[in-house]
Amino acid sequence: MSKHTLAVLVENSPGVLARVAGLFSRRAYNIDSLAVGPTENPEISRMTIVINVESHSLEQVIRQLDKLVNVIHIAELKQDESVQAELILVKISATAKNRFDVDAVLETYDAVIVDESSETLTIEATGDAAKISDLLNALERFGIRELAQSGLVGIERGSRSLAERTLSVQSIPTAESGQADYQN
Amino acid sequence: MGKKMSGASSLVKSLESAGVDVMFGIPGGAILPAYDPIFDSSIRHILVRHEQGAGHAATGYAQVTGRVGVCIATSGPGATNLVTPLADAAMDSVPMVAITGQVPSNAIGTDAFQEADIRGITMPFTKHNYLITDPDQIPRAIAEAFYIASSGRPGPVLVDIAKDALQKETDFNWPKELSLPGYRPQLEPVNQSILDAAALIAQSSKPVLYVGGGAIKANASKELLQLAELLGIPVVTTLMARGAFPDSHPLHYGMPGMHGTVGAVTALQKSDLLITLGARFDDRVTGKLSTFAVNAKVIHADIDPAEIGKNRFADVPVVGDLKRTIAALIPAVKAEFAKKSPDYSAWNASMNKLRATYPLGYDLPKDGSLSPQYVIERLSTLTGPEAIYVAGVGQHQMWASQFVKYENPRTWLNSGGLGTMGYAVPAAMGAKVGAPDTPVWAIDGDGCFQMTNQELVTCALNNIPIKVAIINNESLGMVRQWQTLFYEGRYSNTSLESKRIPDFVKLADAMGCIGLTCDRPEDVDSIIKKANSINDQPVVVDFRVFKDAMVWPMVAAGTSNDDIMIAREMAPDWDSQEL
Repeated sequence: MSKHTLAVLVENSPGVLARVAGLFSRRAYNIDSLAVGPTENPEISRMTIVINVESHSLEQVIRQLDKLVNVIHIAELKQDESVQAELILVKISATAKNRFDVDAVLETYDAVIVDESSETLTIEATGDAAKISDLLNALERFGIRELAQSGLVGIERGSRSLAERTLSVQSIPTAESGQADYQN
Repeated sequence: MGKKMSGASSLVKSLESAGVDVMFGIPGGAILPAYDPIFDSSIRHILVRHEQGAGHAATGYAQVTGRVGVCIATSGPGATNLVTPLADAAMDSVPMVAITGQVPSNAIGTDAFQEADIRGITMPFTKHNYLITDPDQIPRAIAEAFYIASSGRPGPVLVDIAKDALQKETDFNWPKELSLPGYRPQLEPVNQSILDAAALIAQSSKPVLYVGGGAIKANASKELLQLAELLGIPVVTTLMARGAFPDSHPLHYGMPGMHGTVGAVTALQKSDLLITLGARFDDRVTGKLSTFAVNAKVIHADIDPAEIGKNRFADVPVVGDLKRTIAALIPAVKAEFAKKSPDYSAWNASMNKLRATYPLGYDLPKDGSLSPQYVIERLSTLTGPEAIYVAGVGQHQMWASQFVKYENPRTWLNSGGLGTMGYAVPAAMGAKVGAPDTPVWAIDGDGCFQMTNQELVTCALNNIPIKVAIINNESLGMVRQWQTLFYEGRYSNTSLESKRIPDFVKLADAMGCIGLTCDRPEDVDSIIKKANSINDQPVVVDFRVFKDAMVWPMVAAGTSNDDIMIAREMAPDWDSQEL
């Protein structure tokens, strides 16, 4: 088993998330994380899906996903050819006594305090899975009270963009009357 | 600007524009607005007795004509009754469009009367589906639905339309063009893959043409025959492909799989190259996958890229329409053979010998009762290969696949993938509507028949004179066979007692059909002839057959095809075969 990150461009239409989630569930594919949001094109949404599969079935996952009519384009984001990040908001126990230790950790990981109370600090951080996991380990000793974590999002390095692929939309003429013979 | 009309009229105009000539359905509250313009439409609407019947009828129509089958139902239970036929059509790649009414858009999500989230329910087994709440969207959704259902790998598409969208006024604009950026079926095979396939064929010494239902969907029988005769190698046709290649052809080894012929199963097992055409390595064909054709390389030609490599690695994948693929393969193979003509004679000789040693057969019951295989064999002989045969699911289905002789595509309909008991009567009805001048025989089990026979009322009232042969072994025969073989003969809940109740002749009569009965071998021919002579009314023949007859050969579920049995505790004598 290995982890793979897929960037999936989908039509921004109702039910798309259910279609994708349902496909993964019924074909027994394991989703590690799924993030979905708008893109530069209002008609297209982007999903970043991290899946845990045998490498030979990654192709199966992609082909099954591609059968969904609302799925426009799928690309695997390789670790070394893409930038990937997730976001965490974490509430830890912190008092004036250990505040100095906390600040040292936050500095190391480029994390910021976004809310505080007399007993707690809420910290926001972004980064790849390794960085986030290291940060959480470092915060463990203060006591993690609550954690909210987003799915991973990713984008290819370099100037190429996935959306370029989707602009070449094919039109299919329909038969004026009588059933069209699309097959032959 | 298009013409002003109601959403309902726009729906019916759209269906007419899509070329629909017939649809099967039942009205109800949410779809009711659509039934008003249907009243005036050129489209023939056949009022069925259960929505499941509408769905399977649409499938039967589609399988026989190659056109899109259409069914229509109301919201809630009307729609959920279509679930089984939709799943069935998805598994067997049948082009179908289902129209359902939905509760008004402002009631969606409120658990309104007759509300069911049919779009959500059918997501797993429709090729695509729609929920339409804006009447302006109706023509485009219908146009897309027909395009998606009929192109690429065919499949069912559901269009769910909220009642208020049917009632509101809209402009009717039939789209001149469709834009589906995420749907681009690849019809033309890549030339390199054709060349690779031809090269692999030329290198092989034990190739087999493994032909699936895709050959029928793609109307590729003519090309298949040319390729088979060019190669001169064994051809096997799966349950979904029966009729794609003539049974009478000397290269034909029949059906592979769980109840396949010894010749077909063994040809695949011993092969060094499976030329797979529109087939999908279903578990019922492969048996235990890790032991299936272990020495074979694989050419896998399919219109659906997701089928390639799903169950079995493909050495040469060929994605494309099968008719075009085979047509391209023929000259490529000729070019390879011109370089070096392969010699398949040793392979053919050994397979021929095996086939001759283990033909399909059956033992007649010792008690003189009626043999189900004999009935089906006579039905085929007396009715001929121009007729259409439609089976339910179970023993009778396997026997109908084994003992009816098929010569033409689209003459054998059955529920192969989903295995839907109750498929036969409504599918036969749809088939007869699609081919009114062709005799249509449903070969059904007594269990299956009791699931959907009410559609005979529809047939009787609408001049759809199908014929039904009930292979009445008064039990759920296939389940009973498994109980015999794997559960020490403990027949838990498989006895239907259908030789006692119901009286199928009276039932047929009550439904406006001719009812006949037959329980003696010597009467079989005359009763089939009588049934074949009746063309103005549906006919039901209750063939009361031996209940302990079993389907052989058999590869037990989960075991290797190498362990095929030709009868109970009887394997082929492999030692006497040189393979």
